[in-house]
Amino acid sequence: MAIELKMPALSPTMEEGTLAKWLVKEGDQVSAGDVLAEIETDKATMEFESIDEGTVGKILVPEGAEGVKVGTVIAVLAGEGEDASAVTPAPSPAPTAEAPAEQQKAAESEAPKSPAPSGTEKLAAKAQPAADPEVPAGTNMIKLSVREALRDAMAEEMRLDERVFVMGEEVAEYQGAYKVTQGLLEEFGPRRVIDTPITEYGFAGIGTGAAMGGLRPIVEFMTFNFAMQAIDHVVNSAAKTNYMSGGQMRIPIVFRGPNGAASRVAAQHSQNYAPWYASVPGLIVIAPYDASDAKGLLKAAIRCDDPVVFLENELVYGRTFEVAQLDDHVLPIGKARIVREGSDVTIVSYSIAVGLALEAAETLAGEGISAEVIDLRTLRPLDREAILTSLAKTNRLIIAEEGWPTCSIASEVTAICMEDGFDLLDAPVLRVCNEDVPLPYAANLEHLALIDAGRIAEAARKVCYRQG
Amino acid sequence: MARAASSSSGKPKRAPSKKPAAEPAANTREGGEKFALRSLQESFEKDRRFPADEAQLLHFYEQMLLIRRFEEKAGQLYGLGLIGGFCHLYIGQEAVAVGLQSALEEGKDSVITGYRDHGHMLAYGIDPKIIMAELTGRHAGISKGKGGSMHMFSTEHAFYGGHGIVGAQVPLGGGLALAHQYRDDGGLCLVYFGDGAANQGQVYETFNMASLWKLPIVFAVENNQYAMGTSVKRSSAETEFYRRGTAFRIPGMKADGMDVLQVHRAGEIAFDYVRGGNGPVLIELSTYRYRGHSMSDPAKYRTREEVQEVREHHDPIEGIKADLLKAGVAEEKLKDIDKQIRATVAAAADFAESSPEPEPAELYTDVLVGSY
Repeated sequence: MAIELKMPALSPTMEEGTLAKWLVKEGDQVSAGDVLAEIETDKATMEFESIDEGTVGKILVPEGAEGVKVGTVIAVLAGEGEDASAVTPAPSPAPTAEAPAEQQKAAESEAPKSPAPSGTEKLAAKAQPAADPEVPAGTNMIKLSVREALRDAMAEEMRLDERVFVMGEEVAEYQGAYKVTQGLLEEFGPRRVIDTPITEYGFAGIGTGAAMGGLRPIVEFMTFNFAMQAIDHVVNSAAKTNYMSGGQMRIPIVFRGPNGAASRVAAQHSQNYAPWYASVPGLIVIAPYDASDAKGLLKAAIRCDDPVVFLENELVYGRTFEVAQLDDHVLPIGKARIVREGSDVTIVSYSIAVGLALEAAETLAGEGISAEVIDLRTLRPLDREAILTSLAKTNRLIIAEEGWPTCSIASEVTAICMEDGFDLLDAPVLRVCNEDVPLPYAANLEHLALIDAGRIAEAARKVCYRQG
Repeated sequence: MARAASSSSGKPKRAPSKKPAAEPAANTREGGEKFALRSLQESFEKDRRFPADEAQLLHFYEQMLLIRRFEEKAGQLYGLGLIGGFCHLYIGQEAVAVGLQSALEEGKDSVITGYRDHGHMLAYGIDPKIIMAELTGRHAGISKGKGGSMHMFSTEHAFYGGHGIVGAQVPLGGGLALAHQYRDDGGLCLVYFGDGAANQGQVYETFNMASLWKLPIVFAVENNQYAMGTSVKRSSAETEFYRRGTAFRIPGMKADGMDVLQVHRAGEIAFDYVRGGNGPVLIELSTYRYRGHSMSDPAKYRTREEVQEVREHHDPIEGIKADLLKAGVAEEKLKDIDKQIRATVAAAADFAESSPEPEPAELYTDVLVGSY
């Protein structure tokens, strides 16, 4: 029986990849462990090995093909005694509608053959934010992934200021665990792009000390989940020392890395720390969504004289957005941005949930509800004015946050609306967050736990007193 | 600076800029099992005491006495309710800060310590008035009254705190050392921590990186025998703290922390080695605190006799006084010094009591540097 070789998933978040190179050709004998092809993900080029013995039959996806979805049959392998030139992929299963009713019923009671889609698939969003009014009209725009935007921001600031350096796990020779620091070692050398051992508490402290000593460190946490080991230095050493020293001790440091739920990595690797850091006076907390904000705000963060926690999102790294082609694209810290104008309801959001809020706004527009979407961008200090100005216009407000609801940014925005916007409200403020549970591994449970555009739209209808 | 590990030789890609001072070849990875971590201690043991001249002896005496009298006064003000919160006195340990800091190069090196920090600041020549005013929470205090006893800093003197979280100063000191190395300014960082902090994990995380990257840093363990109320024997599997860098190939030294001349000499050897680009040194200074861990500690975990024994036979100030008298300095002269110091401390206390508290508006300043 012919063996189908399928496009493999090579990381938790990979949905598609490029078939960079075939290392075998049709008719070749292969044994288990032989490298068949090189597959490029947005993070790395990986070798694809055979797990079976046989002869390469038909190669179905040619070298250089981009955007090959995970699970696509890319080649078939003929087993012993089979004619390699004759093997073809097995026909896809007959549509269930044609199956006898009893058989179908039996199939339904069985466990699914392939797992349900990951919960994070529903965090994908195609809707684009409106142009940033900070960017002068007529500026040439280029398409850039968030990953590239962050890398460019660091590289530009490192060229401008000799004191800026990057340290963290796998930032140099490995080119970044998520490839955000790609190319920096080559340009700036090991003095300024420093690989650390796996020792978050230690290097967060060393980074903070280096900032005290007059440098401008960018400390990358592979993810913010691991920064819990280091949170003492972020909070006690970086955030408080300027105050405790009566303004003598500057700590110009950026702690950055991916934050929030990744895909199918379960509770310890899937958490949004925004509310934790945003509760600490002495810190600046930034959580951008699109590439333009990622670049402009990371540059601002590096120049900032205060310690900054810069929360990125792994699932957004590969998304591309328009970024202004400017010599120095720096955006203001502490300013929210209206990413879609509307008049009936305000959806306040940040980070990955902005994409979902935009999707929800799109759906709502089709129902005659005009939603304004605000990307907070900076979580501390929070742009209260932007929230209240929008509320004054729409009189209805919901918050969309990929994170737990309890003591969340959503809770904080709700409090602002109660304290300073009570008279503006025509409906209660609603929070749309993840379920209040540790994020589960099972695909179906993960799916149930996470926020999505549908829930956001539903909450918007509710505050507009409309039926979905 | 072997950050970029080379796969073939395991040697650093960039050699240290300066020639190592003492037996470097025996202390590198190539040395295999023969690497000598005892070489610094051996050269120290050849000549343990710094041969101070009369002026230097007098200087050490004055500085230690200033710390002693200052801390006694602070204890008194605490009793009067003028100083609040936690207040950790340095009485008994004076020789450590004075001995080490006098061996540093002013204007080049940096210092960082934990919460028992008054002595280190005084040893650096920082005005006792603004230290005392910080203790009483006044606007004229070195941190505008917002830091208190445990959180004092002087960027002017390259004194970087004053840190309240046990052990946190160790990686922070690693960062200061990284900044020295990054700028290639020839400076080193001296980081102090206690026998209690020596059991914190972040200390060893820092040992590893400091040795791996050959950071210019000296780790000084002030072993005052008690981590708050827990004696070294009850808290530490390895009570010889100078050995604790061995796993990271950090040479260790041990000196009598009650003898300022030994401490100074050990400091010289360590600093010289570190300045040679050889990476860190760990010095254990065996010392003793006469008072409780903080003002609120009744110190019931040790006997009165134990404290008395140290006071009578090992007191660092009495020790240097004996050296001075032996050198022919008149007792009258020492009495005069004592009188002057008492006057300085009394003036500091007056200043700290009479200067105003911070304005209410100070509550909101220095939270952030920028406006957003």
